[in-house]
Parts: sequence; structure tokens; C-alpha cells
Amino acid sequence: MKKYLLSLLVTVLALGAFAINSTEEITNPITKKESEVYNPTPMILHHIADANEFEIVHGVAVPLPCIIYNITTGKTSFFMSSNAEAMQAAGYQMEHSRVKPINAEEKYIDLSITKNVFGILLAAAIMCFVFFSMKNSYEKRKNQAPKGLQSLMEPLVIFVREDIAKQALGKKADYYLPFIMSLFFFILICNLLGLVPFFPGSANVTGNIAFTMALAIITGIIVNIKANKYYWKHIFVPDPIWLAPLLIPVELLGVLTKVITLFIRLFANIAAGHIVVLSLISLIFVFGSLWGTIGSGLGIAVSVPFTLFIDLIEVLIAFIQAFIFAMLAAVYIGMATEEHHHTQEAH
Amino acid sequence: MFTLLSEGSAFSLITPDPGLMIWTTVVFVLLWVVLGKFAFKPIANALKEREESIENALKSAEAAKAEMANLTSKNEALLNEAREERSRIIAEAKVAAEKVKNDIVAKAQAEADVKVRQALNEIENQKRAALAELKNQVGTVALEIAEKVIRKELKSNADQQAYVADLVKQTNLN
Repeated sequence: MKKYLLSLLVTVLALGAFAINSTEEITNPITKKESEVYNPTPMILHHIADANEFEIVHGVAVPLPCIIYNITTGKTSFFMSSNAEAMQAAGYQMEHSRVKPINAEEKYIDLSITKNVFGILLAAAIMCFVFFSMKNSYEKRKNQAPKGLQSLMEPLVIFVREDIAKQALGKKADYYLPFIMSLFFFILICNLLGLVPFFPGSANVTGNIAFTMALAIITGIIVNIKANKYYWKHIFVPDPIWLAPLLIPVELLGVLTKVITLFIRLFANIAAGHIVVLSLISLIFVFGSLWGTIGSGLGIAVSVPFTLFIDLIEVLIAFIQAFIFAMLAAVYIGMATEEHHHTQEAH
Repeated sequence: MFTLLSEGSAFSLITPDPGLMIWTTVVFVLLWVVLGKFAFKPIANALKEREESIENALKSAEAAKAEMANLTSKNEALLNEAREERSRIIAEAKVAAEKVKNDIVAKAQAEADVKVRQALNEIENQKRAALAELKNQVGTVALEIAEKVIRKELKSNADQQAYVADLVKQTNLN
């Protein structure tokens, strides 16, 4: 225990010294210009954003393959993010860890394995490993008590089946279960990987609007494809028919807002969580740039407990947001496919 | 919020990157199809199957328990019946024994009565015989005494009387 505390102290002091490295000659905060005070925004945004290379520590990055389709020239280029010459030759350059065409006029689609795509693939690999080994366990130990990874995952699987799928979909739960399970575990694992502060985690996948938007759009497509006549009747034939001009746009907007709220909720929650954690860590550097070593020490004293606290809350939020996304997807599908036997007679 | 929006597409948080959207869609749909078919469906089926087998096991255990209870109550009933049978047999036996006892006692009583009556008759007869003999003897003695008295009559009166007394003394009524 003593050894542990000592190493913690050494780490804390080292971090403090590192934080004040660049600003140690300035000690009076009042004489400082605003530009000299550490500005955490670029650092935070840099960590939140996607990147074409996987930064481990500042300046050291794992190279990632870049695949870029240039719409203007119609050319597809492949190169590693570490290979500056090939990048240059293809007409691209690295800008804030993103690959950009040198000619800013050119339009392009970046299909690279970016940091987030890497995170997605990692999550997919983890899911494949977990669920295939789980499936094998069920086959090997048929009708027996679960064991190992299987018994770790079984409560979650049963939770998704009972409390999400069956709750929202009733009899149709079995049919939609693979979709709901994929959604829940994909989001959950991406959330949790995003909380790991170092390679290969740390990619802010679920806090990226493109990711959540893609999932929400897939959900929206399923909802509207699987919707039955009652769903469309509800939209296009409102009950007092003379309200149709008012209600049809409102209902159509509702179809859209369901999808929009779905992806904004997840994106905002996770991104906000990451921003809060990064802001708290930035406190060390902000205080350090204001008051030198003492300031960094103070920053550490304030920031470490708060960061720890927020990180724990983030773990909770990782589960809650995965649950909410999956639950709402299931509820939307359930509402769109619900049979209305009683209203049929009333109409 | 201003900086979030203004710092170009690299730092723009709320501009979706089409590349990432495509990747997400591809990876998610693949996961959904592959895992759905080869993992989630089998897992869900295995879970359902296990739940059913557990339910069946519980049900059959319940049935076995009921069966046991049924058997026990049957046994209990049989036992009770046997007990009743036993007590009835015992009661019947008691009644029969009582009857036999009474019969025997009555018979013995009757026999005893007969014997007693015979004995009494015998005693009566003996008594009568004895009395008859006594009468004879008394008569004989009286005659003898009278004979002796009459023979002595010729002598004195006093002598006669002493003699009679003497005779009487000698006579044993046996």
C-alpha cells in the first residue's frame, strides 16, 4: 500500500513537472496575456475528433491505412498515414491528423481506416469473439449451467431479450432480437472502448455523429420498411380527416425526429462525457500555465478525483445509452408493427 | 459552441463524415447478419431450450412430488383401513371371547348346581338314614332300659332310681 502511494505521488509530481515545462518562467498570472494561458479547446477537439492516425502519445502515432476517393478527379488513392511521400504524391497532406487534398477545392470521401473505423472494427472483432465463443459454449454445454464468459454475458443477453426486445416487441421479439442485440452490444462495446484512455481504445466512436447517424438511419429504415398499414394509416389518414393538412406534415416530421433524436442523444451524451473528462484533465495544464508548479499540483488535486468520478459515471452512461438506443429502436419498431384489432372495428 | 462549428471540417463535431458513416453501416450490417444468423439466433434458441428443459424438469419434479403425496396419502388410507380392520377384529374377538367365557361360566355354574343339588340330596338321604337308625337305636335302648327298670322294680324305689340314672349315664347316643 505504501509503495503504491509512493508511486502515485511520483507520477503526480512528474505529471505536474511535465505540465509546467513550457511556461515555467512565468509566475504572475496577472501579467499574462490571454494567449499565454493554456487553451484546452484545440486539445479537446483533437481528442474528440476522428483521425487518420492513431496517436498514442503526442508525436507518436500508429499509422493507419488511408483509402481516399477523390470525387473531383475520380481517383482512389491508397497509402499509409505514416508515408508522407506517398501522400504527397497522391495529392494529399496531413492537417490536424486528418488527410486533406492539397488542393482545397477538390471534393473527396475519406474511406480510410481512421481511428474511429479502427475502433469499430475492434468492437466488431470483440463482439464476434464473445458471441461465437458463447454460442460454442451453449452447444458444448447443452442445457447446463453457464460457465466463464458465457455466464458473464448471459445476464446481458437475457436482459436485452426480456427487458428490451420482449418489452417493446412482444411476440415479434424473436424476429428482431438479432438486430436489437447487435445494436445494444455494438454501442455498448464502442462506448466502453471509448473510455479506455490508451491504444487500442480511446477512439470516440459513439461520440461521433456519423456513427450514431448511421445506426439511427438503419433503425429508421427498418422501422419504416417493417411498418404495417396501421402505421401508415395513422400518418396519412388522421382521425378527424379535416385535420389532415396539419397532421400529415406533423406525423412525417415525427418519423424524422425519431431518427434524429436517436442519434443526437447518443452522440451528445458520449461526446459530452469525453469533453468533460478532457476538460477536467485540462485543468491541470490551465492551472499550471497560470500558477506554475503549485498551480499544476492544485490542478492535479482537483482534477484527478473529479476525473475518476466522471469516468465512473461514464461507465454507467455507456450502459445506459446503449440500453436507451436499443430500447428506443425496439419501441419504434414495436409501435410501427403493432396490430390494432380494436381500432379496426371502431373505424 | 462557436468553436465547435467554426474550426473547419477536421474539428467539426456535428458534421457527419460520410466515410465513417459508410464504414459504420457496412460493419454494423455485417455484424447484424453474421452474428444474427450464427450467434444470436443459436444463443437465443439454446437459452429458450434450456429454459424449457428447466421448466419441464421443475414440472416433472412437481408431478413426482404430487405423485409421492398421493402415494403417501394412499398408504395412509391403507394403514388407517388396516388399523380399523384390526380394531374391529379385536372388538369382535373380544365379544366372541366374552360370549365363550360366559357360556363356559354358565355351563360350569349349571354343572356345579347339579353337583351341589346331588350332594344335598345325598346328605339328606344320609341324614334320613342316620335319623332312622338313631330312632331304632333309641327305641332299642329305651326297651333295654325299660326291661332293666322293670326287672329291678321289685327292689327299693331308691335303688331303682339310682339304677336308671346309672343306665342313662352308660347309654351313649351314638
